[in-house]
Formats: sequence, C-alpha cells, structure tokens
Amino acid sequence: MKKNRLFENIIHGIFLILGLITIGCVLLITVYLVISGIPAIREIGIIDFLFGKKWASTAEEPAFGILPFILTSVYGTAGAIVIGVPIGFMTAVYLSKAAHPKVRTVIEAAVNLLAGIPSVVYGLVGMLVLVPGIRKLFNIPDGASLFAAIIVLAIMILPSIIKVSITALDAVPKEYEDASLALGATPTETFFRVSVPTAKSGIAAAVVLGVGRAIGEAMAVMMVSGNVPNMPSLFQSVRFLTTAVASEMAYSSGLQQQALFSIALVLFLFIMLINAALNFFLKGNKEG
Amino acid sequence: MSDIMTAKELCLWYGSSQALKNVSISIPEKSITALIGPSGCGKSTFLKTLNRMNDLIPEVKITGEVSYKGVNIFDSSVDVCELRREVGMVFQKPNPFPMSIYDNIAYGPRTHGVKSKAKLDEIVERALRDAAIWDEVKDRLKKNALGLSGGQQQRLCIARALAAEPQVLLMDEPTSALDPISTSRIEELALQLKEKYTIIIVTHNMQQAVRISDNTAFFLLGELVEFGETEKLFSQPKEKRTEDYITGRFG
Repeated sequence: MKKNRLFENIIHGIFLILGLITIGCVLLITVYLVISGIPAIREIGIIDFLFGKKWASTAEEPAFGILPFILTSVYGTAGAIVIGVPIGFMTAVYLSKAAHPKVRTVIEAAVNLLAGIPSVVYGLVGMLVLVPGIRKLFNIPDGASLFAAIIVLAIMILPSIIKVSITALDAVPKEYEDASLALGATPTETFFRVSVPTAKSGIAAAVVLGVGRAIGEAMAVMMVSGNVPNMPSLFQSVRFLTTAVASEMAYSSGLQQQALFSIALVLFLFIMLINAALNFFLKGNKEG
Repeated sequence: MSDIMTAKELCLWYGSSQALKNVSISIPEKSITALIGPSGCGKSTFLKTLNRMNDLIPEVKITGEVSYKGVNIFDSSVDVCELRREVGMVFQKPNPFPMSIYDNIAYGPRTHGVKSKAKLDEIVERALRDAAIWDEVKDRLKKNALGLSGGQQQRLCIARALAAEPQVLLMDEPTSALDPISTSRIEELALQLKEKYTIIIVTHNMQQAVRISDNTAFFLLGELVEFGETEKLFSQPKEKRTEDYITGRFG
C-alpha cells in the first residue's frame, strides 16, 4: 500500500515538472523578448518606430520605421484568410458531411501530407512556379510580391483550417441533423443552417490557427515576397515582420540588432492579441 | 374513418439482416396508433420508414410499398422533403437545435419558404399553443432552447414538428427519457393533437399504449403479429404471442 502511494506521488511530481517546463519556456521567451525589445523602442521613440514608413537600418542616417512590415503582415495574413478560409471551410463541410467515406480518406490523406510539407518547400515551389507565373500573367517586372506571398500562405493555412473544422463538424450531434431532415430540410440546408452554426466556435478556432500560422510564417514568404521594405502593395516586393527579423539578424549589430528584437516583440504581441481576442470571442459563443 | 398511411408487404434489410418482414398495415387518420413490442422487434424501424428517415442509413434495402394518401412514398417522383414536411417526427431524446426557442419553431416554416415576420410570429405562437408550452415560454422566446427542462424540450420538439404543418406525427418513444409528470403532459397533449393530426407512436410502455391509443400494433422479430383496436388487443388478443407479451411473459 505504502509503496504504491509513493510511486503515485513520484509520477505526479514528474508530470508537474513537465508541465512547468512548458510554462517556463513561455515565460522565458516573453521576458527575454520584452527586456531585449524595449531599449530600441525607447531610443527610436515608439511613434517613430511603429508608424515610421522608412526602414533603412544600414544607411548612413539609419531609419527604423516598421509600419511597412506591420501592414505587410496584416495585409498578407488577411489576404491568406480571405482566400484560404472559404476554401478550407467548404472542403471541411464537404468532407465531414457529404463526401463518400473513400473520397474522404483520400482527401484527408492529401491534406495531412500538405500539413507535413516543410515551409521551405512551399517557398521553393512558390519561387520557381508561382513567382514567374505571376510575372507573366500580370506582366510586371518582378513576380516576387505580396500577392505571391498571399497565395502561398493561403495554401499553407489550408490543412489547419480543414482539420480543425472537420473535427468541429464531426462533433455536431447527429440528433440535430436528423431533426432538421425530419422537418423536411434538404441535406444542404441542414449542413448550413444546423451543422455549421453548431460548430461555429470550432470553426472560429480553425480560423485562429490559420491566422497564427500565416502571421508567424517566415521562410516561405521570404522566398516569394521579394523581401524589400516597401509599403505594401499587391504587386510589389514587400517584407513581413517575420522576414524582417530573419533576413537581417545574421549581420546586424548595435541599434539595428536591438530594433530587430523590438520587431520580434511586436510580432509576439500581435499573436498574443489575436489569440486573446478570438479566445474571448469563443468563450462568448459558448455562454451565449 | 379513412386510412391515411398504408403499408403493403413491406420488407426491410439492414445489410443482410432483415428487420421488417412482410408488414401490411393501414393507419386510420386523426387517431393514435401505438406500435409496441420488445426491443429490436422493428417497430422503430417501421416508424422511420414512414417518413423515409431510413434513407439516411447506408445499406438499407426496402421492398414492398408504403402509401401516403394513396401515393407510394418510395416512388422516384416523390419529393422526400415534402413527404417529411407532411409526416413530421418527434424523436426519443429531446433534440432542440442549440438556438433560440423562436428559431427552433420557425425552422420548419423558414425551410419551406415562409419569410414574413408576422406570418412566422403567428405560426410560432400557434405551434407553441398547440403543444401546450406557450404559457411557459412566451416571455423567453429569444432564449436558447437548451435552457428548458427535458419535458419542456420534448414539447418544444413537438411544437417544432407542428410548425411545419404536418398531417401525420410520428413519435419514437417520446417519453422514454422523461419523468412521470412530463410524460403525462405529453400523453395529454397527444390526446388533444389527435383532433387535428394522425399520430403514430412507438412505445415501450404498454400502459401508455392503453391510456392514449385507439389502435395498437404488436411487432415481434420484424413481423406485425397483431393489429387492432387497443381495447380489444389488450383484453382479448387473438394471437398467443400477443397475449404472452402483454401479460409480461417475455419482452
């Protein structure tokens, strides 16, 4: 008897420590980012930093305005969501509710594969296929643009949107759907008027994941967006918050390096904000 | 009294197992018909055939005929949505949609194209009154239906079915998940509703069949063993198997 309890306590302790490791990592990253991100913002001035339109970190008279990066990240993510969410959502509705089980197995396997492709491969294919394609299609000097990044991001967020939406739609009690059909609604009416509203918080969670993945992606967008700190425009080369950090970190020093940490801090706050806002929204849904 | 639904030599298979064997029965309109029998005897399966809810189960095979108002419901020209509007259904477990009471009731009419707010208001009130739940919910029509008690939810589901203006109401053990007081309210309700609607009710509870039904059908192992006036079936069953069941010798 005694021995057993001791064993239980040890196991309990191990689980607790493992849990604390996770929390510890989050705290460490947060504290480190705040500490290393604040000095540059102080020196540059928060207004000039956040709303400055010019980024010239290595110029003789350096300028550290990150508004182009912020707007590019926001537009890029929004664009990816606008394209990716409808496609992903409809795919999920089809797979969860209408598709033949065999069709579903095949498409789900493909979606899982899509989720497992490393982002550098997305970038590579984007660079070799999408960028020249856009250049020819729209007849512009360089295809590496915000538009290319949006397309790549939209494809990259598809798996998370599809998978999380399917889970939510599968969890809709069959009784609800039966009730709707028994009232004379067609299957399609049933999906969109009963199943989808019932699964809405799960579908919202899918969108959050998509936003998180899109705003945090660096490698693939760096390869297709041209990586020039312009103010964002659909068919121009742009630089994202993530790529701004990634592309200069290797050779940065002094205030430039500190400013990169500040950019990372801004990115971090963005993700916190999105998560908090949508968590709040999800909670409200459940209680309502 | 004329017959509203008639089954002729109806057989049904789930895959290779036969759930209904040559069932022939005529349901008189504006009356309550009870379907009784032990678990797995096919009574629920038969009920779900009447509004073609069995279509949703893969590998179901049906032979024979069911006619509603003289039309074979398996005919390819029959619009199954229209059939289900006329032959409504109340399920075993109360299953209101996770939306407001009003939206629950308005679901059927909206599905069938009613858009005007005034018309919907009228239908919702009438359905809730018919289901004897209006007084309990009239002040909270915009509240979520899942906040109601189990008995209220079931009456709400009946109201929701009535709002689609059916002719026939199928009830699949509608009181088996409810307490005795809620059960008696539903039974009273059924007795009121038979003035306007034809009710076919599956029940495990033989007392319930005696209390509310005009006719009773006894199913056993997929066969319709006996069908007749409730009073006669329970007092002088023609079949030995019926007698054994209603006297509690098995099942």
